[in-house]
Amino acid sequence: MRQTGIIILKEFFHILRDGRTLLMLFGLPVVQILLFGFAITTDVVNTRIAIVDPSPDPVSGEIRQRLLASGFFLLEERSPDIASVERAFRENRIKMAVVFPQGVQENFFRDGNAQIQLIADASEPNTATTLVNHAQAIIMDYAQQKTRGDSPPPGIQTEIRMQYNLEMKSAYLFVPGVMTIVLMLICAMMTSIAITREKERGTMELLLVSPVKPAFLILGKVTPYFILGMIIAAVTLLLGFFVFDVPVRGSTGLLSAITVLFVLTSLGLGIFISTRTDSQMVAMMLSMVVLMLPGILLSGFLFPVESMPAALQFLSQAIPARWYLSALKSVMLKGTGIETIWKEALILAGMCIFILYLGIKNFKIRLS
Amino acid sequence: MYGIEADALYKNYNGANALDGVSVTVPHGQLFGLIGPDGAGKTSLIRIFTTLLLPDAGKARVEGFDTQRDYAQIRSVIGYMPGKFSLYEDLSVEENLHFFARLFGTRIEDNFAMIRDIYLQIEPFRKRRAGKLSGGMKQKLALCCALIHRPKVLLLDEPTTGVDPVSRKEFWDILGRLKSQGITILVATPYMDEAARCDQIALMHKGRILESAPPAAIIAAWKRPLIAIRSGAPHSLLHALRRQPWTHSVYSFGYALHLTLTHLMKPSEITDILYAEGFNDLEVEKIEPSIEDCFMELIRTPEFPAPE
Amino acid sequence: MPHAIHTEALTKRFGNFTAVNGITFDVMEGEIFGFLGANGAGKTTAIKMLTGLSMPSSGIAEVGGFDVCRHAEQVKRNIGYMSQRFSLYDDLTVAENIEFYGGIYGLGFREIRQKRNALLAELTLEAVQNTLVRSLPLGWKQRLAFSIAILHKPRIVFLDEPTSGVDPITRRQFWETISDTASTGITFFVTTHYMDEAEYCNRISIMSEGRIVALDRPAALKAQFQATSTEDIFLQIARGKKEKP
Repeated sequence: MRQTGIIILKEFFHILRDGRTLLMLFGLPVVQILLFGFAITTDVVNTRIAIVDPSPDPVSGEIRQRLLASGFFLLEERSPDIASVERAFRENRIKMAVVFPQGVQENFFRDGNAQIQLIADASEPNTATTLVNHAQAIIMDYAQQKTRGDSPPPGIQTEIRMQYNLEMKSAYLFVPGVMTIVLMLICAMMTSIAITREKERGTMELLLVSPVKPAFLILGKVTPYFILGMIIAAVTLLLGFFVFDVPVRGSTGLLSAITVLFVLTSLGLGIFISTRTDSQMVAMMLSMVVLMLPGILLSGFLFPVESMPAALQFLSQAIPARWYLSALKSVMLKGTGIETIWKEALILAGMCIFILYLGIKNFKIRLS
Repeated sequence: MYGIEADALYKNYNGANALDGVSVTVPHGQLFGLIGPDGAGKTSLIRIFTTLLLPDAGKARVEGFDTQRDYAQIRSVIGYMPGKFSLYEDLSVEENLHFFARLFGTRIEDNFAMIRDIYLQIEPFRKRRAGKLSGGMKQKLALCCALIHRPKVLLLDEPTTGVDPVSRKEFWDILGRLKSQGITILVATPYMDEAARCDQIALMHKGRILESAPPAAIIAAWKRPLIAIRSGAPHSLLHALRRQPWTHSVYSFGYALHLTLTHLMKPSEITDILYAEGFNDLEVEKIEPSIEDCFMELIRTPEFPAPE
Repeated sequence: MPHAIHTEALTKRFGNFTAVNGITFDVMEGEIFGFLGANGAGKTTAIKMLTGLSMPSSGIAEVGGFDVCRHAEQVKRNIGYMSQRFSLYDDLTVAENIEFYGGIYGLGFREIRQKRNALLAELTLEAVQNTLVRSLPLGWKQRLAFSIAILHKPRIVFLDEPTSGVDPITRRQFWETISDTASTGITFFVTTHYMDEAEYCNRISIMSEGRIVALDRPAALKAQFQATSTEDIFLQIARGKKEKP
């Protein structure tokens, strides 16, 4: 018992005298709580929607006002027709559209039967459901209020259409999301571990002392993981297709191109991590903490980015996974082409070049 | 131009001087030993020569090339064997050799003559994974990998540490043969007895070079009389000798004690005095010092209180 | 209790690699027993079994009369251990290290305090008792580590390559400390790859590839193998092995 006491005391000495451990012990939980707290929200707020209202009248006007005042929705555009709504969906500018019929006021008051269509982007099924439920609740609420005491109660029916994912398969969300996270982790983690392993073994010294230029040394170490990464991407897509019926509606060429960019970016991150430490364990931990956590939380994989506080939304723009996932979903689930995802592709390309440059530049050609 | 040169090198790690003003010159084709215990600075010095480390101050040259500016040229003419024989444990002997050959842009066949003698000793195990080799064989494989591209300068960091005595002896035989091929060889070792096999040695301790000269010259520079005493009770004899005024220093050396006298005395004088203290059956003879004796005398400074 | 250490066919296997291959030997009380061999010969594995840190694959080992498998706790209570890396905590002070190990060995508060003061005085470390160990010179660290290993007056002390890489004077100082302490009756089991240190031992054994290939007093072995030094014994043994068919 006494022995336990002295071991406890000693451990406190170690902890207090090691600044880095202290920082991690206190810094990490604080950061995580903040991150988790703000990022993990199943609430959907400030979602961009389109409204189609061929014959605006007090009814559609009031419903529109209520929708926009609720805090859940932001008006992206007043679309003239369904075609422009579809375009807005494909270009990822809206997550839901509210389509009023011609003469909704008459339909509601006179006929007692108005049909409002709600179209949601179901490539994120959970979000879509929440959006639709919110909209429905607001519309029903309006209808209730307007039919107090009247008989027979006029009603509004909402017709719901789930775009891109009729059967509301959660696999549509998971397959692209998991693929992004897995690719990022494997490429970054495996690369950083491979390089630090050489350092730990001592064989890195011999490689450095050889005539091989550092750039080629890195190229040699990293290429197998590039090939592996592409294979994993292909396997995931095939599994998604055959087992979960997740389609690839867009061009596979385009898909491969953006995947190459993302894999290279992840490899670059791995190289950079390996320049920060000589230890495999630290490299692995860095990969997990710095890449995985923010990656999962802030890439839009599980939780919609638009619903996060502005600070986190800003942060999420710095995460390559966010851009890749967005492009991936567009191409896979919506079948869009380069004209829609050019922004993501450009940003990914920029990040890729920057990270690779950073990694190679920081690669030490000597021991410190 | 020398094979290897160092000029007033300084290197500091976390406030400690790994190298404290080290200068050394190694002519072409010489077998040069850096002799000293852990922390002497041997590894830091070798790493500077391999261009893996930059000194805080001072200059170093290999084959005339500056280690800071011309590192690329140096890296193509040196062979390096780091401590703990960095080999790829999960590759076989053959695969390791192949890899290092290709790394240096050559093929095994091109320079096979150079490593032939050594390779023949590990050839029966060529398909075995390097991790499963004994210490002596790893040593030989690491040497082959360092020689495969026909370097002009060979830098070996503690190649014999922890290896069995037979392999150690064979390794130095190999080094002797390599020297005759004109390669400049720099070996760092904590084993004092290996110093005798070098053309020239530098005794290193705590980042400084105590002496740099051929082994014979260092031994010849020994001034005081040195006596070896064998007895049946070395432990008590040690304490007894320490009490004598004519003892400069006395240390255990295996079964005997090495006694350094302050002035010349006859062996019979010594035995008489000791007999009076109760020690009989002593064998006393004057001996030539070994490198270890010299090293110990050099590090016996006041800062290093030797038990007296 | 006849022997301080007793082993019979002690074996340790890792997968299909046999690190220690059926070694049998005894160590007498108060002996300084040298356990020699190159790296990878199996010395460290053997010591790990004897100190209860590793379970033997087969065979018997008794330390201080207790079986290492069945009574590991009693074994540990009777032994001291000093490893190659000195087992001191670099980021604790000299005094804290002493107090910690005192506590670990189950000494009482007052006893720890007493021993700490006595030890600091004996090693003349009072002036530095509150400095972190990492700033001590190597020789001091070694002596401190040794003194801590015998703090609780164990019957048997295991020293695993205590002088590796150390300068020649400190090496000898260390062995003098061992000899001084051995005269108090403590048994020492020392592994080393310095062949000349064998001469400071009462008896030595030489391990090669997991087996004991020689065991006796140094003088007797030299006579047996017609060798002039311990290193020479090794060479003779190796030569003998080569000539065997």
